[in-house]
Amino acid sequence: MIRVDEKGFYGKFGGAYIPEMLHPNIEELKENYEQIISTEEFKTEFNSLLRDFVGRPTPLYLASRLSDKYGAKIYLKREDLCHTGAHKVNNTVGQIILAKKLGKKRIIAETGAGQHGVATATVCALMGMDCTVYMGELDIQRQRPNVERMKILGAKVVPATSGSKTLKDATNEAMRQWINNPVDTHYIIGSVVGPHPYPEMVAKFQSVISEEIKTQLKEKEGRENPDLVIACVGGGSNAAGAFYHYYNVPEVRLIAAEAAGLGISSGKSAATTVLGTMGILHGSKTLLMQTEDGQVVEPHSISAGLDYPGIGPVHAHLYDIGRGEFVAVEDEDAMKAGVELSRLEGIIPAIETSHAIHALNMIEYKRDDIIVINLSGRGDKDLDTYIKWGGY
Amino acid sequence: MNRIHTLFKNKQERVLSIYFTAGFPKLENTVPIMEAIEAAGADIIEIGVPYSDPIADGPTIQDSNLIALENGMSLKKLFAQLEGFREKVNLPVVLMGYLNPIIQYGMEEFCKKCQELGIDGLILPDLPMHQYLEEFKELFEQYGLSNTFLISPQTSEKRIREIDEHSDGFIYMVSSHSITGAKSGISDEQKAYFKRVKDMNLKNPRLIGFGISDADTFHTASSFSNGAIIGSAFIKVLKESKNLETDIKEYIQSVIK
Repeated sequence: MIRVDEKGFYGKFGGAYIPEMLHPNIEELKENYEQIISTEEFKTEFNSLLRDFVGRPTPLYLASRLSDKYGAKIYLKREDLCHTGAHKVNNTVGQIILAKKLGKKRIIAETGAGQHGVATATVCALMGMDCTVYMGELDIQRQRPNVERMKILGAKVVPATSGSKTLKDATNEAMRQWINNPVDTHYIIGSVVGPHPYPEMVAKFQSVISEEIKTQLKEKEGRENPDLVIACVGGGSNAAGAFYHYYNVPEVRLIAAEAAGLGISSGKSAATTVLGTMGILHGSKTLLMQTEDGQVVEPHSISAGLDYPGIGPVHAHLYDIGRGEFVAVEDEDAMKAGVELSRLEGIIPAIETSHAIHALNMIEYKRDDIIVINLSGRGDKDLDTYIKWGGY
Repeated sequence: MNRIHTLFKNKQERVLSIYFTAGFPKLENTVPIMEAIEAAGADIIEIGVPYSDPIADGPTIQDSNLIALENGMSLKKLFAQLEGFREKVNLPVVLMGYLNPIIQYGMEEFCKKCQELGIDGLILPDLPMHQYLEEFKELFEQYGLSNTFLISPQTSEKRIREIDEHSDGFIYMVSSHSITGAKSGISDEQKAYFKRVKDMNLKNPRLIGFGISDADTFHTASSFSNGAIIGSAFIKVLKESKNLETDIKEYIQSVIK
């Protein structure tokens, strides 16, 4: 059975390794969130916003030309059609309602690719809440359009200038700012990382993805379970959402595509399950890219959203027990897959998502297999990178 | 009885603990800085083990961590530098470090090494109390290491009592809602918090840290506790120093005067 235990562990991974200054916040969240999200009032508000504001359910689309090319029946779960352009908004809608119920006045968030930052800025605008987003200085440069969007939405974008100036450092900075403002502020973590209860809470908000896949696949194929579900993994929130209702359905293969960057042994990679060992980062025990001395190694991926040296504890557990199959996709292959999908199906995916598309080349499956790829985000934010790469 | 217990047995007021990051400003400064702190008249030495992602620390200590790592500092290197330091330094010594580098070293090996070298206590800011009780308490006791927990203005009375029960050495009172080095001066709100905790009559001595930088803040904090801890302000002294020995002496004496 894959589920989180009372102390916040998935097998050996998880927990809440936090400074005492954050203990009251984490405790407040832990004590209240399950109760709050199980009320009818919460569910009604959450579901109506998902429907009318986010645009759910997102389509489950049979990608015929992609299917022909790869020789399987491939469905795309169109999270790229969510308002703001990625699955991230499912979680921010849930957390903003929760923050309101907890009486919080201010929101902080970290962001890598800027998708979570935009999704957070969006729900803050919707609810009239003050919003500050921490973003690595390097990511601010390579995801410029999302920075502009956050600003138009009224959020303050603060550069994280330490370390590799990417997602890890933005997360450090958000945690520090939470320590500095513990009473009136809620921290909307964007992935299934961080101290318990965040990984499970974020996964629950994202689990709408697999909930819908089940219903939609039943309608289209007469069965709830595909043979494979494929998703990309940085911290792993879209994968957690796409896998959630299949964790304990062993006949569904769960494929996680990590970012290999310039190659596993290049020293410029973010393939955590290959290169990582057990460690503690951002409040949870998980697989982590680190030196022998326990210093966190700076990762590399062409996609800002996968440029993270850790992985959500649930994914570390899926890897550890062999429930998930992990593949590591290099920058170059992901870019090719992104362009391939654009030209076969008329969908330009986020570069994060392109890693999941390329996974089709790295795994074995049968001709009549039904494969669902979670199309976690659209590529608008990545046009510069695509153009630079392909010389279009 | 370790040196921390002996210290507080003999001195209950205006205890000054000085924090510095191992390997900063230069790799080989560790033991000379300890000697200078002792010579200047401080009471406890707190050595920071540098870490790539210090989430409870502000910019000053973050930078010192980064520079120390660039200088080549590691836990192994630090332990090598500390071989034989007890011939030169008598003050109680506490290691402050984030959990990950210590876990990679191996917690039992780490504790054993600390005892061998003559280290008296540990401050591990991201080790939560229940995890400590479950996994590490016996080890710490076996190797004679005092464990210090942090409390903040947000910590409930119930939890402060629990922390007091499981602490052995002193309690580290974080002076405000903040990371290290974030604020200066002491507000009435902070004083009210200091007094509230003082009136709880805890069994452990209390040292106040974060935002303590000079004689004024040190003596104000000390009037509500057994003393205080200076970190970021001391790191700034080290950073700007041309002569560590004299600058450390001058700074510490300006604080305790």
